[in-house]
Amino acid sequence: MTHKNSNWDLSPAPESTGHISLNDHYGVFIDGEFRTPDHGNRFQSINPATGEVLAEITESSSQDVDRAVAAARAAYAGEWSKMGGRERGKYLYRLARMLQEKSREFAVIESLDGGKPIRESRDVDVPLAAAHLFYYAGWADKLSYAFPNRNPQPIGVAGQIIPWNFPLLMAAWKIAPALATGNTVVLKPAETTSLTALKLAELIQEAGFPPGVVNVVTGHGDVGAAIVKHEDVDKVAFTGSTEVGKLIQKSIAGTNKRCTLELGGKAANIVFDDAAIDQAVEGIVNGIYFNQGHVCCAGSRLFVQESIHDQLIEKLKHRMGTLIVGDPMDKNTDVGAINSREQLATIEQYIEVGKQEGAEFYQAECQLPDAGFWCRPTLFTDVAQSNRIAQEEIFGPVLAVQTFRTVAEVIKKANNTPYGLSAGVWTDKGSKIFNMTAQMKAGVVWANTYNLFDPTSPFGGFKESGFGREGGLHGLSAYLDI
Amino acid sequence: MTESNENSGKSDRLEVLKTYKMYIDGKFPRTESARYYQPVVNGTSLGNVCLASRKDVRNSVVAARSAQAAWARRTAYNRAQILYRIAEMLEGRSQQFLDELIRQGMEADSAETQITQSIDRLIYYAGWCDKYQQVFSSVNPVASSHFNFSTLEPVGVVFAVASRDCPLLGLISLIAPVIASGNTCVVLASENSPLSAITFAEVLATSDVPGGVVNILTGRVEELSEHFSRHLDVNAIACDGLGVDLNTTIKEFASETIKRVKIYHQEWSAEAAANPYLIQDFCEVKTTWHPIEQITESGASY
Amino acid sequence: MNQSQIARVFKSPVIDQVGVVERAKRFTTRSIKSEAKMQGLEMVLSMIDLTTLEGMDTEGKVKQLCYKAQHLHDSIDGLPTVAAICVYPNFVGLAKRCLAGSGINVASVATAFPSGNSSLEIKLADVSMAVSEGADEIDMVISRGRFHRGEYNFVFDEIAAVKAACGEARLKTILETGELGSLDKVRLASDIAIAAGADFIKTSTGKIQPAATMPVTLVMLEAIRDHFQKTGLMVGMKPAGGISKSKLALHYLIMVKETLGDAWLDPKWFRFGASSLANDVLMQIEKQRTGAYQAANYFAID
Repeated sequence: MTHKNSNWDLSPAPESTGHISLNDHYGVFIDGEFRTPDHGNRFQSINPATGEVLAEITESSSQDVDRAVAAARAAYAGEWSKMGGRERGKYLYRLARMLQEKSREFAVIESLDGGKPIRESRDVDVPLAAAHLFYYAGWADKLSYAFPNRNPQPIGVAGQIIPWNFPLLMAAWKIAPALATGNTVVLKPAETTSLTALKLAELIQEAGFPPGVVNVVTGHGDVGAAIVKHEDVDKVAFTGSTEVGKLIQKSIAGTNKRCTLELGGKAANIVFDDAAIDQAVEGIVNGIYFNQGHVCCAGSRLFVQESIHDQLIEKLKHRMGTLIVGDPMDKNTDVGAINSREQLATIEQYIEVGKQEGAEFYQAECQLPDAGFWCRPTLFTDVAQSNRIAQEEIFGPVLAVQTFRTVAEVIKKANNTPYGLSAGVWTDKGSKIFNMTAQMKAGVVWANTYNLFDPTSPFGGFKESGFGREGGLHGLSAYLDI
Repeated sequence: MTESNENSGKSDRLEVLKTYKMYIDGKFPRTESARYYQPVVNGTSLGNVCLASRKDVRNSVVAARSAQAAWARRTAYNRAQILYRIAEMLEGRSQQFLDELIRQGMEADSAETQITQSIDRLIYYAGWCDKYQQVFSSVNPVASSHFNFSTLEPVGVVFAVASRDCPLLGLISLIAPVIASGNTCVVLASENSPLSAITFAEVLATSDVPGGVVNILTGRVEELSEHFSRHLDVNAIACDGLGVDLNTTIKEFASETIKRVKIYHQEWSAEAAANPYLIQDFCEVKTTWHPIEQITESGASY
Repeated sequence: MNQSQIARVFKSPVIDQVGVVERAKRFTTRSIKSEAKMQGLEMVLSMIDLTTLEGMDTEGKVKQLCYKAQHLHDSIDGLPTVAAICVYPNFVGLAKRCLAGSGINVASVATAFPSGNSSLEIKLADVSMAVSEGADEIDMVISRGRFHRGEYNFVFDEIAAVKAACGEARLKTILETGELGSLDKVRLASDIAIAAGADFIKTSTGKIQPAATMPVTLVMLEAIRDHFQKTGLMVGMKPAGGISKSKLALHYLIMVKETLGDAWLDPKWFRFGASSLANDVLMQIEKQRTGAYQAANYFAID
């Protein structure tokens, strides 16, 4: 017993960025080709962990959107809608496989561009994106089995607008069911995270998809608005804030456009005193600190039964202390960079609000890098239902903890929100689980687990968290006339 | 004798007119606004009908909301029996509906067909109450050790604008699928032909349908559209046969709270107009996850 | 006496197996590089209980083991020694003599190892013999049959009695997790052992599969953590059996660090019960030093 150790700290374990290929600038992907528009308007895509410029992205004009929609329409009217489901499926299978082959490159770019830990982009985003493509590929020639007594038909051109929190995964969530059902696509990634969508466009090109089946235009909100309002777009699919979702719903009110919206949330994560407490703590951490809390279904409201509150908070703080915050490219990083300066400002503002509201503030101790945008895992205890931090979506690593005494009380509090995307329930008692999961007004309920996703599992909200489902059999109907 | 014979003669007896009131929370109130309108058919007034107001919309949504959770908690079997009961009661009142549909301007043949189809439609959806869940639910084979399933849940409170031209069958063809899954609703009856809707409310009131599950208003959709489509406690809206402008206005207001809006232009007499997809239109898909412990007869994998 | 009383007093938390497996897997995604890896590998060496527990053990075998314990790989300077060697009671005296002055402890299994099926009297005699021969540590087994009968008081009392018989020697209590059937039972047995005075809790005898796994060890570490948070008292942990690769051993250390903290990263509080792990660690250390991948033939097996 001679060895005497001091603290054992992990050495840096950076993922190599040598394996990726990024251009200095990207055009828009229209009709099977990358095109540099004459207007030459571009903006920069920044690595939020360092502030460095990764590439310049095209700020699409309304003419670019017109061209993309026209290409999608031509592809729909031409080859794609006439192709049999089996062949369509094979294109998607091929894309899924090629994404798996290039998984490392995609993971690295995703982390560079969005700030999420490489562990998550490697183990969650990219594999799930490939799985999603693979899953829907198989539906392409089986659609008549999904809708009894119906003869489902594609809708036409789908305009799809995706957020910055899971850029590649959301692109896959949107493209896979649209193409499997025989539609064509105009996709707009979020302005801070366009790179993996553009890389996916390269892959679509490489996979030999007919030109125009998928088109990618980049830019800010007005580009999205141009897609939504385009008269030749038949279907709008949007994932993002409830605020923008409302604008979209309103702007297409005078049309017959089909629409699915996957919007914000303020999920209740409920822990009963009979729960498997250590696994619950893990679920709480995974629920709110996964992807820096930039998750619409984040378990941002924690409800703890009073009898275990102190014990649970002690355990939670201990666990928060083991989270490694910092360089997203380090394989050991648990919590990466906040996606943008703007989002960091929003989060910090909410933290101030929480303090002013009198909630007890706690942050895990950890060293933060100098450059880039960072927020320590944050906990507010003694929160009241009426506090803003318990009502509004923060979209950051900030957890608001409330207590409850009875089942009825927590059901009421959990549902006391305009949102209804997700919920979590932790208890060892089977009959309580079935009651609680039934009582939650939310589209996804995780019992004794949290923040799990699967291509076969429908995802989407109740109430102001949106409508329509993505994933599973139920995700097909958003892209079909049945 | 002569005098008494004359007195008993039909022509001399003053007919007792029916007051057509609205149906809110299982009761038959007049509009709180005390206003009325007179639908006219072939130059003849149908009488004084309640002209529902903003506050009537409010009161009926309150009633629908209070009734919703309990209605959804009823067993599917129980809801099926209640829908069947409505059909039974409607059958028993066929003659009255026939008279009213004719008064509202319908040919006798069509009226008769409409009534039998209405009865059959209720029975059709009564049968779906405990079956649609099996058709539309799924167990999802996720790639981890979790049991994952998706089921339908009622969306909540539905505001429905019923068909103008198909006053009984159109009304029932919306109400039945909406309440089959556990929603409650407020229905605005056909403006021109509201009598049969109110009489249908009397059927509902005697059919074990709990008060508030179905509420029926009479009035003008143009006046009420903003009030129900902006109402924060309405989860979904069904519009049948409205014009583009009105649909647009309703959808625009609905966007303020992400309401689900379903637009129909349905020929309700068609066989295909009755289907479980209408039930699904007013349901949410809920997906539930739970871990599956991994221990088999050959031991634990931990 | 009601045997379930102890269980009620302990109130062992329930365990969700799938959640534990997920968490355990997460530790294996930690990337341990350069400095940290070298430091970790040396730590692993210093925590090994080099073990021989075979029916065919001889004096010769034990002597070889004791030599190996002191001379892990003489071509590398500055290596730590292992923490202890672990033998049957009849070889304790010999091992003590072989290891005199080395600082390496002698641990002995006792209490009718590995089944634990004998009388308390004989078990205590077994312990006394090992202690009187000079054992620094006693590795006892709990009575799994009694545990499965729900006789938790019996299990508790037996551990307490063995602890008393240990005198100065530190007591490691083997739960034999592969026979307990579920992680809930592993947690309950851990809590009983800790409450009864065990200095260490240990997963396995090495005679039953599965032996040590990361999920089982995690559950036991959490029991230790809860006890520490409640009482401020530290208890040690020893996974035994099935850990033969240095990468896996490093992941165990990560698990200890993140579950209990750096204070437990010490041979006083954490051990690996293993026979072939040491050489794999040595190969890794050599690889770190030289940059070349190693072959087993260059490292003495005993």
